[in-house]
Amino acid sequence: MNVTITLNGEARMFDVAGPESLLSVLRNDLDLPGTKDACEQGECGSCTVNMDGEALCSCLVMAVDADGSIVLTVEGLSSEGELHAVQDAMLKHGAVQCGFCTPGIVVAGSRLLESNPHPTEIEIREALSGNICRCTGYGAILRAFEDLAAEES
Amino acid sequence: MGVGVSTSYGRSYSDRAFATDYRMPMEFTAAANLDELLDVKAQQPDAQLLAGGTDLMVAVNLAHHRPEQIVSLGRVEELKDVGSARIGAGTTWARLEQCQYTALAQAARTVGSPQIRAAGTIGGNIGTASPAGDGLPWIAAADAEIIVESKERGERIVPWREFFTGVKRTSLASDEVITGVTIPDNLPDAQEFAKVGTRNAMVIATVSCVVMRGDDGFRVALGSVAPTPMRATRAEEMINAESTISDAVLEEFGRIVQDEVQPITDHRSTEAYRRHAAGVLARRLVKRTLQ
Repeated sequence: MNVTITLNGEARMFDVAGPESLLSVLRNDLDLPGTKDACEQGECGSCTVNMDGEALCSCLVMAVDADGSIVLTVEGLSSEGELHAVQDAMLKHGAVQCGFCTPGIVVAGSRLLESNPHPTEIEIREALSGNICRCTGYGAILRAFEDLAAEES
Repeated sequence: MGVGVSTSYGRSYSDRAFATDYRMPMEFTAAANLDELLDVKAQQPDAQLLAGGTDLMVAVNLAHHRPEQIVSLGRVEELKDVGSARIGAGTTWARLEQCQYTALAQAARTVGSPQIRAAGTIGGNIGTASPAGDGLPWIAAADAEIIVESKERGERIVPWREFFTGVKRTSLASDEVITGVTIPDNLPDAQEFAKVGTRNAMVIATVSCVVMRGDDGFRVALGSVAPTPMRATRAEEMINAESTISDAVLEEFGRIVQDEVQPITDHRSTEAYRRHAAGVLARRLVKRTLQ
């Protein structure tokens, strides 16, 4: 089954035979390992991608069902060597420990700021509630997003 | 491009999940509209429906479930309406969080995470028919009906009691599709949902409850305490016979709820705790509807 998606701004085609997830195709077939594979049941958020403007768990998207959609992964957020504002803020605040949850948080957080440039602390916590960090680095992550929320747009 | 081909990025996801038969072709149809959806289900009654994927893909990923035929209904716009008389089956939890039915919006807010709520639908909740389905107690309390449709027999309206027949079992025929839920007229404005789980976010209900208070009295529905969603009818009769809701009345009411539910002990909780929590939640929600 041939599938075409707009991936990080470019048309990409791939072929799938079965029900495998978009996550599997991104990592194994399209050489985009930034999207992480952890729980495979939508509990952890490490595989979060932006699909048609929504933050979704790519492990729960059947790859063949993504046909025609616009997908943005963490690899597509920086442009021309410039980090995305969320990446900059997380660097500045040391909002990374092991880094495994980071791509999912960057994607979920950038989607939050797109829809709501000045979120409150509660809105930040809610938007990131589907992204689990096992290094307990939430304090620094929260401070990074509060910084972004306070910025003039 | 090979499916399940390992790359240099560690283990192959597909090799692990589909080691035995990943080359077996799967038939996939993305239905463009309701007519096409019903056509496909008429021709392929065994085809599995794919909506938000939040249940089906977990089975694919973890249980190595390998469906042979899939029909996706994500592109069927007719299923996405929320009207005054019905909620389309394809309505996501994210949308229902904003709906006017207080207890349904509260329930929607407790489903999974933002990622899950952006994908999962109420139709999927109904079709999966898990005892823990977060949307199901509201359907039971509202006395809503499930709207199903097939190419051969057209639309069929099924009372929720007849629709849910057991744990993950429904009376949906193989050529039918759930298209929505009816919203009865004059639903009480005073309605509350709550659930108990091991933590606040991302939790599957140990017990869930909806209480509505209207002109006809209290309605009490519970989830995760029986094979299907249920109404605590004896407790309703008892409290609706009282003119004043005193503490003593509430206590007796909670005892009847505890007695009436039929929970089991499983990996999430025990029968005893579920009975206790059902009584507490029902009492608490009655109080909230009076505030």
